[in-house]
Amino acid sequence: MTIDMSKFLDTFFEESAEGLDAMESGLLNMQEGAADNELINTIFRAAHSIKGGSATFGLSEVAEFTHHMETLLDEMRAGKRAVARELVDVLLESVDCLRAMLAASKGGDAHNPERAKVLSERMGRMLGVVVESAVAVNSENSTSGTPAAAGAGWRIVFSPHAHLYRTGNDPVRMLRELAELGEFKVQCDTARLPRFADAQPEECVLAWTIELRGDIAEKRVREVFDWVEGDCDLSVEKLAANAVIKPAQQVAVLDIKLAEPESKSKTPDLKVPTPDSRSATEATSIRVGIDKVDALINMVGELVITQSMLGQVGKDFDMSRVEKLMHGLAQLERNTRELQESVMRIRMMPISFAFQRFPRMVRDLSQKLNKKIDLRMSGEQTELDKTVMEKIGDPLVHLVRNSVDHGIEMPDVRRAAGKSETGVVTLNAFHQGGNIVIEIKDDGAGLPRDKIIAKARKQGLLGADEEPDDDEVCELIFMAGFSTADQVSDVSGRGVGMDVVRKNIKALGGSVEVKSESGKGSTFTIHLPLTLAIMDGQSVLVGRENYIIPLVSIVESIQLKPGMVNLVAGQGEVMRLRDEVMPVLRLYKIFNVAAHVTDLHRGLLVVVEGEGKRVGLFVDELMGQQQVVIKSLETNFRKVAGVSGATILGDGTVALILDIPGLIQLAQQPVGVDRVVPVEHIATIAA
Amino acid sequence: MPNILIVDDSASMRQMVAFTLKGAGYEVEEAVDGADGLKKAKTRSFNIVVTDVNMPNMDGIQLIKELRALPNYKFTPLLLLTTESSADKKQAGKTAGATGWMVKPFNPEQLLATIKKVSG
Repeated sequence: MTIDMSKFLDTFFEESAEGLDAMESGLLNMQEGAADNELINTIFRAAHSIKGGSATFGLSEVAEFTHHMETLLDEMRAGKRAVARELVDVLLESVDCLRAMLAASKGGDAHNPERAKVLSERMGRMLGVVVESAVAVNSENSTSGTPAAAGAGWRIVFSPHAHLYRTGNDPVRMLRELAELGEFKVQCDTARLPRFADAQPEECVLAWTIELRGDIAEKRVREVFDWVEGDCDLSVEKLAANAVIKPAQQVAVLDIKLAEPESKSKTPDLKVPTPDSRSATEATSIRVGIDKVDALINMVGELVITQSMLGQVGKDFDMSRVEKLMHGLAQLERNTRELQESVMRIRMMPISFAFQRFPRMVRDLSQKLNKKIDLRMSGEQTELDKTVMEKIGDPLVHLVRNSVDHGIEMPDVRRAAGKSETGVVTLNAFHQGGNIVIEIKDDGAGLPRDKIIAKARKQGLLGADEEPDDDEVCELIFMAGFSTADQVSDVSGRGVGMDVVRKNIKALGGSVEVKSESGKGSTFTIHLPLTLAIMDGQSVLVGRENYIIPLVSIVESIQLKPGMVNLVAGQGEVMRLRDEVMPVLRLYKIFNVAAHVTDLHRGLLVVVEGEGKRVGLFVDELMGQQQVVIKSLETNFRKVAGVSGATILGDGTVALILDIPGLIQLAQQPVGVDRVVPVEHIATIAA
Repeated sequence: MPNILIVDDSASMRQMVAFTLKGAGYEVEEAVDGADGLKKAKTRSFNIVVTDVNMPNMDGIQLIKELRALPNYKFTPLLLLTTESSADKKQAGKTAGATGWMVKPFNPEQLLATIKKVSG
């Protein structure tokens, strides 16, 4: 029976790539000197898996290389080796090298074996061992071992300790295994057998003397007892040519005729068709959460039910069943739509996939440029369509490089400007007003206004007498053929300009803009449409309407007590909560719906936060939390202030998704005519 | 035919083991780490459990310790997948209650031979 190992290789390559990413990000997070055990463990496990897999699947070169990494990491894990910069550097380089080796094994470009050798030697020196050219990872574990040293056979006395069963081992299985080796005769020693009343069924009280005849190696015999070493008394002696077992006292002679246990299994022929498609098409794959798949299966189930219902209606149809038919068709439509949405959800991935390359990139760039840079990332869990993610990758790389290269100043310049020597580049992603927003912010020098104007004039993008304002200056950098770098550096400014970045983002239906403040840094903001995005929402009830509040913006939900809310001239209702004052917005009034509850201390107040400000939203009731698929209101209707989109709930009704920053802006507007508090409400507040 | 629970955080190893065993007629369930394995082992009884050592959330040694403490798994063969370098792991596994071990890398034939050793 042979199994083609190469069919598992794709999975192995895929998980190795993930493992390498995990190692890389782990190594980047490693603090010099301090050993974070969990972190080292994660890195170690990744290396360990790659080593194990590559050895199993026949990639001995990779296994050998990884072996050193694993040993180094193991020593770090055990605390025998401090986390030193040099060590992290070597390991990072090894990650790169390993990536190249795996790519080569996959059938890509050949990697440079010299590099692997040099790295191996470096690691070897650190380990203080000479690197042998071949680490014995592929020990074939030959079971036959030494050539048969035996002749007649073996006499084996096997006396398991009482606890043997509790190790999961079973003497019967071992005897059976022995029986397969040669001519087999066994005697059971029942000396330790207690009286029936005292018997402990979970204890092993029997012992055996076995006579095994045949040309069998001692190693092979001992192997049977490999796992029970220390759990039994065992003696294996060479059998004299015609020795007979002397019956011991109280010996029951059993001539066990063992049933061939594997006869029933008759190992089916494992000839596996080997489709040689591996190299032909490189299928890209995505990992999908099991919940998403479950939802899909659910949906298909519903579809089948609807289908069979429709089938029944159609069987003997008359006009009286039209209503039923319509109902069924409506249900079919809903099923289809839901199915479509579920399928779309499969494509959604957290933006961390696009972000994860940046820590390494920023580290390498800052070393190259001799700058000190701290990269901070947030909102990595924001979900984004896979296609959008792939296409936004390059523009993001360009923008981050720009921030590192042009934005952040050299340490001495920063010090002279009274800033910390370490510059900060911040990557942030979040949902806002029906968009996904990605921010790339640096605390560097900001856009060099004079330089940009001079350059633009030279390029003829700007008339000599035009004096652009700040926003116009920012726009200039997105013009075709514009680059302010004095000389084309290795890092950025190599042909691809900001105009390409903008073009790519526009192609995705998004936009990019920049805000800059001289001496304080600049912020690039990318808006991407999110017709497909999924969001965690809290469903609330106002009158008969459901609204969805994005879960991320909810701070807490409270029940108001009389006296907590006051009327302040020009600001409407204001609440004091633990020494913080915030406006109260009655949702039913903003959206002009009839509420069941208008009395403030009988409903609920959801405290939400957006853009650093808090407001309390007054609602009738809290419903459940759920994931909602955001539908753009703009494309289907028009933009509505305070609403970022809509979603369809499980029962088919539409719920509006609240745009918290938008609502907070509404709250800051001076009290208009439509928001004057009617007299009777003042009375209820006072009550 | 015995049903087997295979616990490994590496998908490729899991696939290889599961494929080999299924091909030989065994029923196989997979778990991605010790915690997952323990959860699955509690929902139904397995005749044999094969587990990797190094895993996130719960490692193989701990899994074996936990399983052995369950009445259903008192006598069940629990096998560890170890690497050649971890002789101490074998001992740790034994102390935890492991029945035996299999040394990585192994090929499908060795795997089937080992499983046969503890099945039936």
